[in-house]
Order: sequence, then C-alpha cells, then structure tokens
Amino acid sequence: MNTTVVNTGTEGKTWGGGKDPLNASYGKMMMWFFIVSDALTFSGFLAAYGFSRFKFIDSWPIADEVFTHVPFMHGQDLPMIYVAFMTFILIMSSVTMVLAVDAGHHLNKQKVSIYMFLTIIGGIVFVGSQAWEWNTFIKGEYGAVQTRSGNLLQFVDAEGHRVAISDFAIAEHSTRAQHEKKNGIWFTSEGTLPAYSVNEVVKGMEANENVLVRTELLNAEGQKTVLSRAESLRQLKSNGQLVVQGANLQVNEYGKPIFADFFFFITGFHGFHVLSGIILNIIIFFNVVVGTYERRKSYEMVEKVGLYWHFVDLVWVFVFTFFYLV
Amino acid sequence: MAHAQKLEIFRGALKFKSNTDKIWGVLILLSVITAIEVVLGIYKPEILMGYVAGMKVLNWIFIILTVVKAYYITWDFMHMRDEKAGLRRAVVWTGIFLICYLSFILLTEGGYIENVYSSGYITHDF
Repeated sequence: MNTTVVNTGTEGKTWGGGKDPLNASYGKMMMWFFIVSDALTFSGFLAAYGFSRFKFIDSWPIADEVFTHVPFMHGQDLPMIYVAFMTFILIMSSVTMVLAVDAGHHLNKQKVSIYMFLTIIGGIVFVGSQAWEWNTFIKGEYGAVQTRSGNLLQFVDAEGHRVAISDFAIAEHSTRAQHEKKNGIWFTSEGTLPAYSVNEVVKGMEANENVLVRTELLNAEGQKTVLSRAESLRQLKSNGQLVVQGANLQVNEYGKPIFADFFFFITGFHGFHVLSGIILNIIIFFNVVVGTYERRKSYEMVEKVGLYWHFVDLVWVFVFTFFYLV
Repeated sequence: MAHAQKLEIFRGALKFKSNTDKIWGVLILLSVITAIEVVLGIYKPEILMGYVAGMKVLNWIFIILTVVKAYYITWDFMHMRDEKAGLRRAVVWTGIFLICYLSFILLTEGGYIENVYSSGYITHDF
C-alpha cells in the first residue's frame, strides 16, 4: 500500500472529485461565471445612469419626445414603436437560438443550422436598427440653444408643439470664419460651425410672435415648462450661448448632455455585445455546417453560445425599460 | 445532453407537451408583456400617475414586468429551470444582492445631490 496517499473518506460523495457536482460542464459553468460578471458591469452602467437621472430628476429629458422616429415614416410622431420592434426582433432571435439548442439535443444537424442562421439574421437586423437609431439621434430634429450653465432652451409654438430653429431663425451674413488648419493654428481644428448663431435665433424669435421658449424644468404634470413671451426673449438674450443641433458627447439638443453620453455608452456597449454575439454565432454556425459537433456527438457548444446570446437579450430588456419606458 | 427538461411554467399551472411547445409559449408570454409595456408607455393612463414609495405606479409596473421578463428569459431560454439548485442560487442570488446594493447606494447619492441643488446652495440655472 502506498503510504503517501491519505484516505479522505469522501470517495464517492458529491464533492469527492471526479464528478460534476453542479451537473454542468466546465465550459458551461465558465459561461455562467462570465455572464454574472458581465451582468454586474451592465448594472454598474445602468445604476450610474440612475444616479445622473436622480441628480437631475426635475429636468431629465422625456424619452417619448426623444425617440419618436420610425424608418420610412417621415414627420410622424410615433414614440416607442421602433424600439418595441427592436425588442421583438431580439426576443425572436433568442427563440430561434433556443430552438437550435433544442434541435442540438436531438442531434438534428439540419435543424440546428437553419435556426442558427435565423438567429444570425435577427442579430444583424437588430444591430442595423440600432445604427439607424443612433443616426437619427445624432442628426437631431429641432435644434436648441444652450445657456451658459449648459441648460437648454427649446422652442415651441403657442399650442406647445415643437418648432425647429431652421423654420424661424433669420439667416444673416456671418463674419465668423471657421477655424481651419490652413488659416489658423496648424495643430488645432474645430468642428463644423452651427448652422445658425444665437443672434440669428434672437432675430427670428423677435419676428415670429408666437414662438416661445421651453425650458428643461418639469412641472407638476411631468411636462416641460413653457415660458411667457417676455420671459422667453429675456432668457434667450441674456443666457443663450450656442445653437445646438443633434447630439454628440459634448452637446445634446434633447436635454442634459449626460443623457446623450449614457445613451451612446450603454446602447453602444450593448450593441458591441450583440456584434460579438453575431461573430460567435457565425463561427459556431460554420462548425455546425461542417459537422464538427455531429462527429463529437454533442452540440454543447451551441448551448454555450446560446447562453451568451440570451444574456444579450436579457440586458436589452433592462436597457429598454430604463431608457425608453421609465 | 438529453437530460430531462421541466415542461411546466406558472408553478405547474401550465404544462407543455414538448420543449418546442414550451419555447413558443414563452415567446407568446414575453410578447404580450412587451405589448402591455408599450401600450402603457404610449398612453400613460392618468390613474397610474400616483406615487408609491417615491416612484410613479406606472414605473413600478414597468420595473416589475421587466423582472418578470428577465425571469422567463433566464429560466426557460437559458434553461435555469433545469439546472441544479446550487448553480441557480450561485448565479441568481449573487447578481441580485450586488445589483440591489449598487442601485441603492447610487440612487441615494443621486437623490442627495439633487437635494443640494434644489435647496439653493448651488445655482445651476443661468
């Protein structure tokens, strides 16, 4: 008998070694580990978004007014419809994924390939929709004037409908030349100048009797506050600094710049996950097609990549709620 | 991987004949919940605008429906229903505990800063 081996008395027990105590393979368990840590990353982002939102709780943008566009339906006010469509696409591709996993359990190669293919298509449609959504958000619609403190003045008519700056501002000859490398300091450059100056907006507002300023502050009914005509002109003249069109990481015509920052960061990070998911799905799809798992007699790889894909869907459910609904 | 799958949802009130049927059933459930959310989000019924525990009833409904959706995605699409209790608890409780903790801390802090702004110590509207 070998004297260096100690008998632990746990042989044959659940945690005695040589078994899968949690009934999950190493790979699947590591995918769960990754999902837990990634879920915490996303909750960190969403909680930070909540922090900023609570900080500006009385002046946060109203999502229904920001995301109102649907492709091919110009000029119509359709809040939520497009994101609901995107959510449905993602849930649908989750369903085809889980059907692929199910077909894998029955070692049905043909079905697994078809469902994997449909999942990839769903993912691509989702990423494409998100690109369109970003594009619309970046371009902007009405424009606004930013004040010295970074607050926003938006414009409405007497009925409270939004008015685009380009509809009433009076363009005049501008003496402000854009700074380029060839006419100024060679190592700096500036972005495109706003289409209108604050002066032109003031002129336009004086000429149009029924244009009013709307501030970011929410009133008791949860609507943005509209100023009186005299107060509108005073605010614009004394505080207006910059005409803002669309959104980027510095300025945002819809409200607080940090709203745009979080929008880009969180939906961007999620979109990046979807993109990686599509790439993983494509790799696994080709493995299925060439018969790797057929020979292995196990489609567990499909199951693991499926876990990741469902997780991406799960995150979207939360992003959808906290960006578009609440 | 042909281990047995639990085919009933709603604590056994609804039992499906096959795994495929269950998947479609869960899809219908998730779609219905999303549709409810979208309709509530568009019409925002006046009756749900009251406040409960510092938040609008409507927002509470949205958050609860989201958690319900998350449950069915995890339990039926990610097959958590068929995993061992040890794995299930390790994943779910770790996540829930840390997420609740983090949200509580950050939201409390955000509310405090809002309070500093609105009680007039700092002018931020000029």
